[in-house]
Order: sequence, then C-alpha cells, then structure tokens
Amino acid sequence: MIQAITTKRRILGCLFALCAMLCLSSCGGIQNSINPAGPQADSLSRLWWLMFVVCTIVFVTVMIALLLALRQRTREPQFASTPILEPQPQQERRRRNAVISAVTITIIIMFFFLIVSFSAGRSLTADLAHKSGLSIELTGHQWWWEVRYQDVDASNIFTTANEIHIPVGVPVTFTLKGGDVIHSFWVPNLAGKKDLIPGKINTIWLQADKPGVYRGQCAEYCGLQHAQMALWVVAEPQDQFNAWRQNQTQTSLTPTTDSQKHGQQVFLTSTCVMCHSINGTPAGSNIGPNLTHVASRNTIAAATLANTRDHLAQWIKDSQSIKPGNKMPQNNLGDSDLQSLLDYLQSLK
Amino acid sequence: MSYKEAQKIQKTTIDDQELAAAMERERKELERTWARPSGVTGWFIDTDHKSVAKRYIVTAFVFFIFGGIEAALMRLQLARPNNHFLSPDQYNQIFTVHGTTMMFLFAVPMMTAMGIYLVPLMIGARDVAFPRLNLYGYFVYLIGGILLYTGFLLNTGPDAGWFAYVPLAGPSYSPGKRVDIWAQMITFTEISALVGAVVIIGSVFKMRAPGMSINRLPLFVWAQVVTSFMIIFAMPAVMLASSFLASDRLIDTHFFNPAEGGDAILYQHLFWFFGHPEVYIIFIPALGFISPIVIAFSRRKIFGYLALVLSLISTGFIGFGLWVHHMFATPIPQMGQSFFTAASMMISIPSGVQIFCWIATLWGGKLHIKTPLLFVLGFFAIFIIGGLTGVMLASVPLDLQIHDTFFVVAHLHYVLIGGSVFPLFGAFYYWFPKWTGRMLSERVGHWNFWLMFVGFNLVFFPMHQLGLNGMPRRVYTYLPETGWATLNLIASIGAFILAAGVLVFIINVFWARRAGEVAGDNPWAADGLEWSTTSPPPNYNFHNIPVVQGRYPLWQATPDAPVVRGLSTTKRETLVTSVLDSQPELKFDIPGPSPWPFCVALATAVTFIAGIFTPWAFLVGAILAGIALTCWFFGDPNYENRTARETGERSQPVSPPRELQPKEV
Amino acid sequence: MFSENSHAKAQSRKRNWAIKNIFASLRLCVSLSFCFVFLFASCKREQRQFSQPPSTFKSYDVTMSDIHPGAAGLQQPIQNPSEQRAYDTSEGKRLFTQYNCSGCHFNGGGGIGPALMDEKWIYGDEPQNIYSTIVEGRPNGMPSFRQKIPDAQIQEIVAYVRSMSGQLRKDVAPTRNDSMNARRSEERTERKPPQQTTAPPF
Repeated sequence: MIQAITTKRRILGCLFALCAMLCLSSCGGIQNSINPAGPQADSLSRLWWLMFVVCTIVFVTVMIALLLALRQRTREPQFASTPILEPQPQQERRRRNAVISAVTITIIIMFFFLIVSFSAGRSLTADLAHKSGLSIELTGHQWWWEVRYQDVDASNIFTTANEIHIPVGVPVTFTLKGGDVIHSFWVPNLAGKKDLIPGKINTIWLQADKPGVYRGQCAEYCGLQHAQMALWVVAEPQDQFNAWRQNQTQTSLTPTTDSQKHGQQVFLTSTCVMCHSINGTPAGSNIGPNLTHVASRNTIAAATLANTRDHLAQWIKDSQSIKPGNKMPQNNLGDSDLQSLLDYLQSLK
Repeated sequence: MSYKEAQKIQKTTIDDQELAAAMERERKELERTWARPSGVTGWFIDTDHKSVAKRYIVTAFVFFIFGGIEAALMRLQLARPNNHFLSPDQYNQIFTVHGTTMMFLFAVPMMTAMGIYLVPLMIGARDVAFPRLNLYGYFVYLIGGILLYTGFLLNTGPDAGWFAYVPLAGPSYSPGKRVDIWAQMITFTEISALVGAVVIIGSVFKMRAPGMSINRLPLFVWAQVVTSFMIIFAMPAVMLASSFLASDRLIDTHFFNPAEGGDAILYQHLFWFFGHPEVYIIFIPALGFISPIVIAFSRRKIFGYLALVLSLISTGFIGFGLWVHHMFATPIPQMGQSFFTAASMMISIPSGVQIFCWIATLWGGKLHIKTPLLFVLGFFAIFIIGGLTGVMLASVPLDLQIHDTFFVVAHLHYVLIGGSVFPLFGAFYYWFPKWTGRMLSERVGHWNFWLMFVGFNLVFFPMHQLGLNGMPRRVYTYLPETGWATLNLIASIGAFILAAGVLVFIINVFWARRAGEVAGDNPWAADGLEWSTTSPPPNYNFHNIPVVQGRYPLWQATPDAPVVRGLSTTKRETLVTSVLDSQPELKFDIPGPSPWPFCVALATAVTFIAGIFTPWAFLVGAILAGIALTCWFFGDPNYENRTARETGERSQPVSPPRELQPKEV
Repeated sequence: MFSENSHAKAQSRKRNWAIKNIFASLRLCVSLSFCFVFLFASCKREQRQFSQPPSTFKSYDVTMSDIHPGAAGLQQPIQNPSEQRAYDTSEGKRLFTQYNCSGCHFNGGGGIGPALMDEKWIYGDEPQNIYSTIVEGRPNGMPSFRQKIPDAQIQEIVAYVRSMSGQLRKDVAPTRNDSMNARRSEERTERKPPQQTTAPPF
C-alpha cells in the first residue's frame, strides 16, 4: 500500500518533470510570446520569466511543506481509536509564527509583483504619444484585417489586408477599430493584445528589433471563423520597407497579356466586383479585402492559405469548404474564365 | 428546558423503561409529522431539504457529465490540426454549452445543493428556513437546464461563448433564437441561485441550535453564508446583463448599440461584475469542504479558526473588486488598471492564509490518508498552481500576452477543477456515508483520485505552454505549422484519463449503494453535528435538537449533554434562535409539502421561455404566477398534516434557560 | 430459504423500481414535450447552410402579368428555403446594406426606388418575383444583378426584402441592426397583406 503510493508519487514526479521540460523547451516559434522580437514583447517576456521563477519557488516550497506534513500520518485503521489531539500551546505558537511569516512573505511578493508589473506597464504605454514613427489604422472584420497606412501626405495613404509590413527598429502606432464585432489584435512575438471594439478607439504600439515574419491572430472570440482570422507582420529593413510602401501606393498594374485582360473583364463583370476593390479599375467596394496588390502578399484568406495559384483557385471556387461560414460566396466560374482571373490576380504585384 | 432537566423531572415520576417507551412514542410521532409524501406526486411536492438537495446534486452531476462529454468532443476535435471532426458551427455551440453548463448548471447549483443538504444538519435544525421556496428554486433550475439542452439538441445551442459578449451575441451577429435561450437560461439559474442563497442565509442566521453562537459556526457553514451573500450581490449584475441583452435582441432596445448611444463595453462590466465573484461563489463552498475534512482526518482542531473565517469574508469582499482584470485589453486608463491589478493580487493573500492554516493543521495532526483527504491534498497541488497563474494574469502587461489564450483556459481549469471539483469529490467521499448509510470503497477511491489527478494535469498543464506559444482560446482548429499539435494531442489523451476517473467514481457510487460497507452514524469519528444523527438522517433530522457546547460539538460534548425539549411532535415545529448568540427566541411552524412551488416554477417557465417568442408571454406568465402565488401564500402551511391543525397557536416565544444566556466576555 | 423480512425487502425494492420507472418516464415525458414545443419552432430556423445547393429559381419562369397566350399553366409558388432560416435573413439584411440596395430603396422606406416596407408590390410579392426583379432589373432604374450576385445570396436578399413588410415568420425575421435604426426592426413589423399596384409615375 505504502509502496504503491510511493510508486505513484514517483510516476507523478516524472510527469511533472516531463511537463516542466516541455514548458522550458520549444521557445522558438513565429507566434510565441516567450520568443520576443521587439522591446515590448521583450519586457513582457522578462516579466514572465521573473514571475515564473518566483512562482515556481513558491509552489515548490509550499509542496515541500505539505509533503513534510504527511510525515504525521498514522497507520491506525480505526478512526474512533485515534484520540483527538489537544495541540500544545508552545507548538501552536511556533506554527502561528510560521503562518504569519508565510503570509508576510506572500504580501511582500505581491507588492514586489505589483511594482514590477506597474513599471512594466508604464514602459509599454507611457511614451505612446511621443512615438512618431509609422501610424497604421487597423479595422477588424469578420474574419479578416483591414490595414490602412496613414500618412500626412494623402497620396501615401493606402489600404491592404492581413499582412502588415513594418520597418525594423521603428515604433509603429496602431489605431484599432472594430468593424462589426469585437476582435483582438495580437502578435505575440512583438507585443501584447488589444481589443478592436465597435464604437471605441483603442491604441497600441509595437516595434520589431530584428527582421522576420511574425504571425498574429485574433484573440477575442468573434464567431464562426475566429480560429482562422490571422495576419502576418513582416519586419524588414527600412529601405526594403520603403520599396514595398512605394509599390503599395501605386494603382494596380494594367493587364498585359490577353488572358490577364480577359481576367480583368471577368473580375469586373462577376461577383468579385461587388465586394473587392482594385485601385485603378472601376472596382471599388470595401466589403472584402483590397486586392490592388494581392499578388504581393504571402498568404490569402486571412493567413490561412499560402498565396499559390492552386489555393487561389480553390478559394475563389469554393471558399466555404475551406473556411465554412466566411463571407466570400461560392463562385460558379467556367474553367477558362477562372484561369484568366487567376492570371490577372497573380499579375497584381 | 434541557434534556437533563427533563430527565430530572421525569425521573421523579417514571423509571427508565417508561422513559425509553415515551421516547419511542415521540419518535414515531415525529416520523408521522415529518413524513415525506411518496410516489409520483411526492416528487413534485416534497419539500424536505435532504430530498431537494439530493435531487439538486444528482441533476447537477448529470449536467457535469454532459459538460464533460462536450469537453471530450472538443478535445477530439483539437487532437490534431485541421481536423474535420466538428464543424465550426458545432464547435462553437459545444464550447458555449460546455462553459454555460459547467458554470451555471453544475458548479453553482452543486455548491448550493451541498449547502442545502448539510447546513441544517450542521446547525442542528429540522429543515431549512423556507422549504417551499427551496423546492421552487430546484424546479426553476431544472427547467433552465432542460431549456438549454433542448435547444442544444435541436441545433439551437447558444454559440457566442459562455459570457456572450455583445455585439457578437447581439441581434445583428447572432440571428435566430440561440442566444435568447442562453439569456433566459441565465434568468432561471439566477432565480434558483438567489433562492438558494436566501434559504441558506435564513437558516444559518435564525435556525441554529442553541449554543451554536456565531463564533462556533462550523467553517463549512461560514463558507456557505459568505457565498450566499456574494450571490445576492453578484446575481443582479448578470440579471441586468442578460435582461439587457434579451431586450436588445427581442424588443429593439439599444443598451449595447454604440450607434444609438449604447455601449458594448457596458455589457462586459455588468457581466464581469457578476462573473468574477461567480468564481468565488464556486470556490468558497469548496474551501468549506476542506476544513471539515482536514479536521476529521488530522484528528485535531483547526489551526486559526478566526483567520480562516476572516479570510473567507475578505475573499467575499475583495472578490467584487477585481472584475476588470478580465478586460485589460479594452481601452481602460492605466491608473484604473493598476487598481484592479492590486485588488487581484490582494485576493491571493486571504487564499494564502487559508492554505497556510490548513497546512499548519496538518502539521500538528495525526493524518489518516483516506480518499477525502487525498482529494484535499490534490486540491493543494492543483489550486496553488492555478492561484499562482492567477497572480500572473492579474499583472496588466503580462495579461495582455496571455489573456484569451489557452493559458487562461489552463488557469481557469486549475482554479475551478482544482479549487472546486477536487474538494467536491473529497466531500462526496466524506459525506456519502451520511447520505446513504454506506461507505464508498477506499480502493476504488484511490483509483478515482489518481486517474483524475494524473488525467487532469495531463490535459491542462500543457495548455499553459500552448497559451504562451500563441494559441488563442475558442478556436475550432489550428494550422499544422503553428506547432501546437503535440501538446494538444497530450491534452486530448489526458482528457480521456480524466473521464475514466469520473467513470470510476460513478461505478463506485452504484456499487457502494448496494454493497458498500455499512457506515454507522459517525464513520470518521468526526466533530460536526451532522454526524450525531443516524445515516441517512431521519426526515426530522434530530430526535432532540442538540445544545452545542463548543466549536467541535461532538468532540466537546459532555456525556450528559443537554438537548432542547418542548418542541411539538405533532406539527412541524422548530426553534428560532438569535443571530449572534443563538439564544432560543421562538417556536415556529415550518411549512410542509406543497404543490404550489412547482406550479409557480411552471408559470416562471411559461413567462421566460415563451417570452423568447412573444412579449405577450410576460402578461400571461404574470397572471399565471399571480394565481399560483396566491394559492401558495394562502394555502395550508401544514399540507397533508391534519393533526397539526388541532393546535391553533403559532410562533410561541420561548424564554432561554439560564445556562444559555450569553455570558460576559 | 426466504425469511419474511427478505420477502418484504424484495417487495419494497420492486416498488422502488416501479416508482423509479414512473419517475423516469415522467421526466422523459416532460423533456419530450419541451422538445416538441421547440421542434415546431426551430426545425429549420437555426440551420446555417454555408455551401449552398443550386438555386430553385429560374428568372425566366416568372411572368409579370396574368395574361397567358394559350391555356394558363398552373403556377406553383416556389419556396425560398432562405425564408425558413434566421441566419439567411440576417445575411440578407447585411447584403442589402453592403450591396447598396439602400442606396435607392433607403432603409425600405423608398426614395429613389420604391418603398419595400409597405404593402404595395409593383412586380409581385412572391419570392420568385423579387428574385427576377433583382436578376433581370426593372425599368426606371432597377439595375440587373445577373452574375453579380450569386444565387444563394439573392435568395437571402429576397427573404430579407419580404421580411421588411412582415411577410416572414417573426422568429425568422431579423431584429434591429447595430447602427442607427431608421425604422422598427423587421421582427416587430406587422404583416401587411400584399397589394398589387402599378409602377409609380417616374
């Protein structure tokens, strides 16, 4: 019986060790809050490790105290024959002192946490007003992200979707707006999350210190396709970013081949034009993502599919089997029309 | 008059044999007076607190199993990336119904039920304060549960999450009647929780046995009182939230429509002003289970009774000051956030005090490691992890990273399963002998504990890591390149081990009811008053209401302990005592079985269920409820108890005997 | 070897079983009756069909007048499945705004185009009439949305248009929107018996 319990305890110990190992390993990842790539996420991750270590020590200490208490176990099978203990006052005083000091330590730890977290919080928000880098307006829709780059020069304002390019080392301010229901903008490698709430304006800033791509995802339950409402943040050196930005502000490329021309015709005469816009063409609806430079993006369908020809074709024909419930209808295009449309869309660099 | 005095008087006239015969006659009379109606009608009219509580417990456990099945389905869906086992529509309904079931149909009613069963036995009362109201509460709860599950089975399960944030749950984005069913089900559980709270507060304050002054109140009863007060203050907030939501959806009001001056954040404030205390409403009764178990199995008085009571009360107060930590990602000024961070961290202090006191008790005791204590030890291991992750979530900046991720899923299950369900199972093992007269098997109990403990940690520990790795909660699937597959698979395997643990428990219960060891009155040689009566207790709970001589009534009872004499045996009479000192004040008739609570519950059901479809329901329902309530109030309080009518007098004042007068401190 | 005691016990167990069975069946009855109440109301209402089957409408089947060359065929009104589903009517409401139907019809009160929330129908009130109005367009300004809106979405819009004058079941019609509300929600609109009228003189 006793042996059984010790074996069980040993198994349990192994299990905890395994869990701890899992916890400490796998710190890489493109969507990982403890793999920071910017000052915000960095200070948060340091805060996390601090709290993790302190809490682990607390947990282990309490568990040791509890296990030591188990030494008091009796093998007496009968309850009634174990006399009711009358605790000795001296021992009780010792215990009282122990409890009081434990509570004091708890209070001290809590104050420590409070101060640490308050100062970390201040560093995240305090200088928001002074950040004069890039300013982006982000609107959450069911189930994609509308990204609007702001600029004092109106000709530099442009709209894209689901992929945010930012220059490395520059603070980027986000103005968060809710388009329909509440969403939450979260790129764990760069910063914490903030909600996009209809009727309210929320702000957050973030900064990437090293180039790379970081995945973000909607973190507030927003309906059927909440699971597949993701986005990419591409952090790149300033000159690359400028080139990208320069390209994005242009209107779409005019189709060159016959097939592309036919594709544009298909786009403008079919369902597509009801929701999507392509700058430089009559298509100007704001219901779905802006497709002016769709071919320059790495993914489609809110970072669900890689932007390949096959995926694009599947998505256009039958998006409902990929993301059931999303707002893009099924389309009944003939094969040649579809191929031309794909040619056209893929030309929109 | 004390038992001793009674004996003294009787000794002058009759001998022992005659006394025994008189007692037996009295017992038979009590048996007849407090008889429970049987048969099918009995099911609708029986107001005995034990049978109502038993029904509550069984119903809540059935919902627990339903919720568990839903959890298993979700774990199957998430076991591998891009799984097509459930559609997003099904998954969203399932996780919403899972959360709603566990919070509203399992946890709160189960805790209320334990209180309704045990509180009168622990305070030495014959029944609860308002037995008919109590019965009404059960039926309302049952109807609410049936409503939710009927909807769910007919593809009308709510799908906006268990806290149903607007605008997603509002009229524009949740068409159909799904969320309406959720909102009305909330109304039903609100009513039943409020009713339960009133019943418990009434019983504890006015119906304690003489001598059980407020400083001798068992810790379980303290926990129930604190919980009941929390319910009374928290439930109105969710009543506002769900009624505003329902009226936005059904009659075009604009409480939450920002375009017409409403506010979507208002809903979150209202909901979490209830929602966070709700966590403590579930958790504090569980703390109440732990104290008696620790006392009984360490064979000593509790360490730091006063500290424990004050901790419970302060938890109840602070619990109302930290709702905003669910909303740190919304635009809230930093100063405001810091206040709620501080409050959220502060609440870990009373929790810490309690844990330290229990550990100190264990240190100074002689431990019998039986299944109930095993579950309490499991509570320590799991709950402390949950509490510490709670501290992390209280920190605003860190919360912004882990809020609404699987880290939160892990945290809330560590707190609610570790903090509530483990003590609850401990309590099942501890009080099962009292309820049925038979012991649950120890061997099977150990299996039960270890399966649940290992399974639980296997499901939920990896979720911390998943959350940090960026997995948001409430996603019906995920892409393989996110790297979440392995941990999710481990969690899914763990879910089935946990389920096996619960299954073992169910088997144990069915086995023990037929073949378990016969328990006797007090199998654990414990201290509480509930162990002084037979197992299972008679309908009238105690032949003679005991007089309490200390904080640990059975351990401190002298051999010639006094009892209360002079209560009528031919009508349902009980003693009303004062709030603080528990001095006898009145003799009072408790109402007996009645068909009207069920009728009022039906009228309530008509009002709120039909109200989903037409506003006329409120008119019809009001008339029906009016009729039923009139009959309830003017009906015979001693339904089915003809002999009671002969004595017309009611509510006689009593003068407390001298030894019960409060002494100078 | 049966003692009296065990016999009595067996009997009481039997009785208990009977009582339990009665309880069980009673509870079953209660829940079943609840089920049926809901079943009537919700068999189709809550369906959310994302992959739409091909449309049941063909706009060229629809005639505008009662005059037929030759013998009049029996015209069966065509069911619009979207009118049974709350999700579809709410989608129709969304599309009505997003596809800018409100640009001419405003919120149903009419302005540039005719009112949709009154009882007057120029080109018929049956779903297939509205369907062909959207697909074919009408004189005096209604454009043709042929190939611009997929059939499934037209069905949703048709269901919504009919809900504006209260032609749909109350529990299917959409409730208020999350923006400025210019009128009573469709769910609370009283049904107006449709009347045929001629095109307004503009």
